[in-house]
Amino acid sequence: MSRERYEMVVGLEVHVQLKTRTKAFCGCSTDFGAPPNVNTCPVCLALPGALPVLNERAVELATRAALGLGCKVNPVSIFARKNYFYPDLPKGYQISQFDQPLATGGSVAIGKNDAGADVQIGITRLHMEEDAGKSIHDRYPGATALDLNRAGVPLIEIVSEPDLRTSADAGAYLRTVKQILQYLDVSDVSMEEGSLRVDANISVRPPGQTKLGTKTEVKNMNSFSAVERALEAEFERQCALLDSGGRVEQQTLLWDGARETVRPSRTKEGSHDYRYFPEPDLLPLKVDEKWIGDARSHLPELPDARKKRLVQEFGISLVEVEQLTATPALAEYFEAVARVSGDGKAAYNWVMGEVLAVLRASSGDITHFRVRPADLAQLLNLVRDGTISHTAAKRVFALMVETGEQPAQVAADEGLLQVGDEDAIATWVDEVLREHPEEAARYLAGEKKLQGVLVGFVMKKSKGRADPKRVNQLLSARGG
Amino acid sequence: MSVESFVKLGAATIASSVRAREASPSDMIRASFARAREIGAGPDGLNIYLHSDEQATLEEADAIQKRLDSATDAGVLAGVPVAIKDNIASLGLPTTCGSKILAGYVSPFEATAITRLRANGALIVAKTNMDEFAMGSSTENSAYGPTRNPHDVRCVPGGSSGGSAAAVAAGITPIALGSETGGSVRQPAAFCGVVGVKPTYGRVSRYGLVAFASSLDQIGVLGRTVDDAALGLETIAGFDKMDSTSSEADVPIYRLSALGGPAPDKRGPEAAAIEAIRIGRTSVPIPPPPSTSTLAGVVIGRPKEYFPDSLDASIRDLCDRALDRFRSMGATIRDISLPRSPLAIPVYYILAPAEASSNLARFDGVRYGLRVDPGNGLKAMYEATRSQGFGPEVTRRVLLGTYVLSAGYYDAYYKKAQAVRTLIGDDFRSVFSSGVNAIFTPTTPTTAFHVGAISDPYEMYLNDIFTVTANLAGVPAISVPIGRVRRLPVGGQIITAHFDEYTMFRVAYALEASLGAEAHQ
Repeated sequence: MSRERYEMVVGLEVHVQLKTRTKAFCGCSTDFGAPPNVNTCPVCLALPGALPVLNERAVELATRAALGLGCKVNPVSIFARKNYFYPDLPKGYQISQFDQPLATGGSVAIGKNDAGADVQIGITRLHMEEDAGKSIHDRYPGATALDLNRAGVPLIEIVSEPDLRTSADAGAYLRTVKQILQYLDVSDVSMEEGSLRVDANISVRPPGQTKLGTKTEVKNMNSFSAVERALEAEFERQCALLDSGGRVEQQTLLWDGARETVRPSRTKEGSHDYRYFPEPDLLPLKVDEKWIGDARSHLPELPDARKKRLVQEFGISLVEVEQLTATPALAEYFEAVARVSGDGKAAYNWVMGEVLAVLRASSGDITHFRVRPADLAQLLNLVRDGTISHTAAKRVFALMVETGEQPAQVAADEGLLQVGDEDAIATWVDEVLREHPEEAARYLAGEKKLQGVLVGFVMKKSKGRADPKRVNQLLSARGG
Repeated sequence: MSVESFVKLGAATIASSVRAREASPSDMIRASFARAREIGAGPDGLNIYLHSDEQATLEEADAIQKRLDSATDAGVLAGVPVAIKDNIASLGLPTTCGSKILAGYVSPFEATAITRLRANGALIVAKTNMDEFAMGSSTENSAYGPTRNPHDVRCVPGGSSGGSAAAVAAGITPIALGSETGGSVRQPAAFCGVVGVKPTYGRVSRYGLVAFASSLDQIGVLGRTVDDAALGLETIAGFDKMDSTSSEADVPIYRLSALGGPAPDKRGPEAAAIEAIRIGRTSVPIPPPPSTSTLAGVVIGRPKEYFPDSLDASIRDLCDRALDRFRSMGATIRDISLPRSPLAIPVYYILAPAEASSNLARFDGVRYGLRVDPGNGLKAMYEATRSQGFGPEVTRRVLLGTYVLSAGYYDAYYKKAQAVRTLIGDDFRSVFSSGVNAIFTPTTPTTAFHVGAISDPYEMYLNDIFTVTANLAGVPAISVPIGRVRRLPVGGQIITAHFDEYTMFRVAYALEASLGAEAHQ
């Protein structure tokens, strides 16, 4: 196995589209999905004489992201021009940041190692830049069409240290970064819509060697799992090259998901000289300490802090809290249910069970979920105080999803309020024993394990209204 | 309005007579176009105008007349014909930058400077010829042929704002906008015997000025007199949210005509106060009218680097005469040194092409302008479009700029040049902080030369040796006519500290008044 003879060394570049209403350097809308070239103006079309003006909101969001990723925000950063010719790059240069980025020196924890210590992945830098437009090659035969709606949309690029050692770590890093950005509410972080893109730098070396091997850059991955698979494929390719006495050549490779392989990029990006120099149309970006302090004090609660708090407050397990905090919206929903119902365990079971099942089946989104957390909490309370049975509660919940009505109302309307009345339950029990003579005979003869089956029949007969505790008691009494 | 009398009118006089209903805006436009025809401003003659549309301008003149009729304020430039260098984006007339690559291009938006001119009643009569993308010192680098100097048609008008300088010199307009990256307003002003001002970097919005070298570019004003230039600058100056590098510094009233000085708007000092309020500024200084003691207490520096032994003796004599006049008006002349100025040309020819190589990347044949597509791929389209669209000087500078920014050369060229640029600025700062109020130098080392006389690019670059330092330092500078040598005009340059255009105009007014007719003899 290559894994014993070589170590994988990976650094990731994550490009994230910031959630601003307007573009980075002009007032055009950033709406996704507008007809081609509708969201353009002299500035983002690079008409002669147009000048960029920095969107302050983009700076705010970038700063928030930097702080959330543990970076130091630099009081002065410089925009620079990255020069290259491509039809979807209207100015012939991209406004970016080069040797003085907005932020440097962060880190994120992606889990625990075998010794139980946090695995920290360093973040070299976070800088602001603008997106390019889109070239559409497959729409008009023999021609390329351009859509410049995306040109000038604000991005941040997050560059990690080459600290990742396995493709699984790379996946964990990406999920962690994505989760943090979601909690910070700075981006939609959707790979499908292109608001999050990943390029990977990968090299290999014998274990124990400190010097880095020659790296390649892998692009064109459209999901986190594609990143992991691309890294595996490129790792194997580099190892095989070295094993056969060859050398790794520094180059840009494209992931081919259909063939599960990497292939050299046609445009030789490695040979580009971007001729960076300070952007003379923009002043140095200055953010004062007070402003950074304000941004820091207004940071929302980050995933790790929320996990710790939820575990403490609601007595749920570490595994459970991981699931609940996958997205901030889910965590908030859970927390509201748990807080109102005062029962973290039940809230967990319901949110991870019934709620997610409904959302999955309808491809719904928790933020637009019909059942409000307070109503779900009330449902949990009805179960706890014995007003309705657990089985009835599931039926009530299904109706709440349909109608959005209050649980007590639904239970009453449907006649699902639990019946604790001894006589009514006894009648149901007797009926069941009559209707299922074979099971009844075996049970009464001492086959105790059939009690569950019989309870089920009673519950069904009572449409879930019978209090299962009483049913068990009655059955035991008959059987005993 | 007879053409004969029109050519002598300053902008302030035109505006005040229009506002007093003594003449109409269309009278002024007709006179301007009549003068342009008379002198031969078209491509067969002096080749000053690249684009103009008399009918459209007359319609705009009617709109100004309506403003006057409805008693709306028509502005300080009501009815004043203004010519615009062709690298400043305008609505209506094309904006070609003197280049084939933008042939026929009409901008869908307008430069802030032009918007402000129009808001003050000015009428745009033409877009003027220029060196392609403002790269040149003679207007010979225009894709549309050279402009000729109205004082001697064998000579160049200077450049790159040669068309604008010639338009003013020929009496077609009292004011024209030019642009500077390295002396491109002051040098043609000197060659054409008119006034040319380059304001402090950041004083005027660059929005709509087609970029050559963004950290140096600045729109400037050419005028028949100091007052014309002052009035023009006052109108276009001030912060613009569309240009992040424009300054929020207050804009004082620069024009003496607001005082009722020697310029024709004789309304007395109280009128100036009313004027200040009318244009939304209060308590702003206005230059004092020239007198024998106008410059009392003013210290004028004479930098030795700008008076080399090799300087043309006749130009040196005219400068000495100007310095004598300053003395006679109460100024103190002090010998000073700006020791890093001799490094300005090499520094400029690294930094300006570097920025240009990036700024001109947008002319790629993809979205607008010329596209030459040989049909064998994107790269071939880029190469054919840019090779055929750009002239030799633009190509030279794009190549030079690409080279100095390349990996492995950046530190040796661009970075070092930036460091020296800072030192050149330090020279000016230390002079101005040592009690010197203004610096006086010749604007150019020679008078206008014959068309075709200079073919060596480096020799051409030396035309800007005295002017380019103000661009690198970002300080304001003005060229004022100080006499003639062999019938050709000579300019004297006054440089002041950042945002001190007030002192610059004050000294320029004094010099202009004291020289009188001698300025053109």
